[in-house]
Amino acid sequence: MRWISVWRRNMLVWRKLIAAAMLSNLADPLIMLFGLGYGLGALLPSVEGMSYIAFFAAGQLCTATMFTASFESMFSGFARMHGQKTWDAILYAPLVIDDIVAGEIVWAASKAWLTGSTILGVAAVFGLASSPWVLLALPAAFLVGLAFSAIGLIMCVLARGWDFFSYYMTLVMTPMMMISGVFFPAEQLPAPLLAVAKALPLYHGVQIVRPLIAGGPPPDLWLHVAVLLAYAAAGYVLAIHFARRRFSS
Amino acid sequence: MSALAARALRKSYDALEVVAGIDLAVAPGECFGLLGPNGAGKTTTLKLCLGLIEPDGGEIELLGQPVPGKAREARARVGVVPQFDNLDPDFTVEENLAVYGRYFGIAPREIAARTPPLLEFAGLTGRGDAKIMTLSGGMKRRLTLARALVNDPQLVFMDEPTTGLDPQARHLIWERLRRLTQEGKTLVLTTHFMEEAERLCHRLAIMDRGRIIAEGSPRSLIARHIEPQVLEVHGPGYESWMERAKALAPRVERVGDTVYCYGNDVDPLLKSISGELGYLHRPASLEDVFLKLTGRDLRD
Repeated sequence: MRWISVWRRNMLVWRKLIAAAMLSNLADPLIMLFGLGYGLGALLPSVEGMSYIAFFAAGQLCTATMFTASFESMFSGFARMHGQKTWDAILYAPLVIDDIVAGEIVWAASKAWLTGSTILGVAAVFGLASSPWVLLALPAAFLVGLAFSAIGLIMCVLARGWDFFSYYMTLVMTPMMMISGVFFPAEQLPAPLLAVAKALPLYHGVQIVRPLIAGGPPPDLWLHVAVLLAYAAAGYVLAIHFARRRFSS
Repeated sequence: MSALAARALRKSYDALEVVAGIDLAVAPGECFGLLGPNGAGKTTTLKLCLGLIEPDGGEIELLGQPVPGKAREARARVGVVPQFDNLDPDFTVEENLAVYGRYFGIAPREIAARTPPLLEFAGLTGRGDAKIMTLSGGMKRRLTLARALVNDPQLVFMDEPTTGLDPQARHLIWERLRRLTQEGKTLVLTTHFMEEAERLCHRLAIMDRGRIIAEGSPRSLIARHIEPQVLEVHGPGYESWMERAKALAPRVERVGDTVYCYGNDVDPLLKSISGELGYLHRPASLEDVFLKLTGRDLRD
C-alpha cells in the first residue's frame, strides 16, 4: 500500500490548484453537455426512448471521464516524471517504480471519477437521471477512469517528448469518441466500425452508463465491466513493464 | 562491518562498460569521496548502490542489506542528495519535507516534530512557507539536503553536492556536511571539486573510465602520486625556459602556453626565472594528482 503516498502527493497538489483544475475538468464538459444537448435536442426530440440531452449525458459523462483520466496520466504524469523529476525523488525512498505506477493510475482515475460523478450530479439536478439505478454510474465512472488512466500511463512512460501524446489523442481518442455511441447510437454505424468500437473501452462505458441514466439495469453488464477491467489490468501491467525499462537505463 | 561494500561491480549500457569492475568499502561514520571526470561512472555507481539499476555483475551490501535484493529495506535508512535538485515545485519548503517524509511511512506528527530542526540545519528557519521558485540555488540545495535527512538516515549519498553554487553557499554546505559526520552519519559523495574532496573526505577513490585508479586519504594520495612542490610558469620566452627547466625538475609538463614543473625542491627553478616570465609557486594539491592520473583531455 506504499502507492498511497504517491496518490496523496498528487491529491495535495490538486487541492492547492483546485480552482483551475475544477474549471477545466468540469466546466468544459458541462458547457458541451448543455450546449449540444439542448441545441441538438431541439431537433431530435427522442433517441432510443430518451430525450437527446439525457442520451448525450451518458456519453458525455464517459467522454469527460476519459479525457480527465487521459490528460492527468499523460500530461501531468509526464510533467512529474520527466520535467520535475518527481518520480526520481520518490525512488530514493523505499518505493519502487511499481508503486509510482499504481499511485499515478489510481490518482488519475480518482480525478476522472470526480469529473464523471459531478456530471452525473448535474444531470440529476436537471432531472435527466432520477432513478436510483444511476448510483451505479458512480463505480462505473471510476472503472472508466481506471481503464483510461492505465492506458494513458503507458503513453506517459513511453513518451520521449510532449508531441508523442498528440498521436494517441488524434489517432485514438478522437475517433473512439466518434464511434462509441457518445453522440449517436453506435448501432447505426457500419458493421466493421461497430466491431472496432466494441473492442475499445469507451463503448463499454457508455453501454453501462446509458441504461442506468434511463433508469434500468444495463444489459450484458458483466461483459462491459470485464472489458473495462481487462483494459485497466493490461494497462497497469504494460505501464509497469515500460516504466521499469525506462528507469533501468 | 562496512556501511557500504561493493565487490567486482559491473554495469554496461549497450557496448559501453560504464562501471568496469570496482570494489568499494565505506566504514560507518566515514566521509568517502568518489572523484572522477565527467562520464567516469560515478553517478552510475551511486545508482547501483541504491538499487535503482541492476548491476550486470558483482555484489553490493548497503547497511547490511543485499542490493538490489533488499534495496527497499536499505533505502529506508539512507538519504539521497541528487546531482540536480528535484524538489516539488508545487509545494512550499515545509510541505516538501512533509510529503517526502510520507514516502518513508513517517507519521505526520513525527514529521512535524522533525521539521524545525531540519529547517534550522538548512538555514531556512522562518522560510517554511516559502515557495520553491522563490529560493536561491544555495537554499534549494540545502533544502534538498534537509529532505534527504527527513528519515534520520545512517548513510547519505550526495551526487556533486555543491556543483553550481557560489563560494558562500558552498562553504555553508561544507560546514553542514562536517556537522553530519560529527553526528556519526556515513557520507558518500561524488565530486569533481578537488578542494571539496580534500576538505571533507576521510578517504577517497579516484575513478576513471569505470575503474578505480587510486584510493586513500587525500594526503596519502598526494604523497604517493605527486611531488610536493609545483611551479607554474607562463609568459614570453617560456619555451626556451622550459628546455632549461627540464634539467632542474624531475617532471615538467606543458599545457597550452603554461609550463608545470613538479619537484621536491623548486628553488633552483625559481632562481632561473627571469625577464617577463610570470609564475605561480604552490604546494601540490589533489587536483594535481587527479590530472596526473586521469589526464588533461576534456571529457564531454
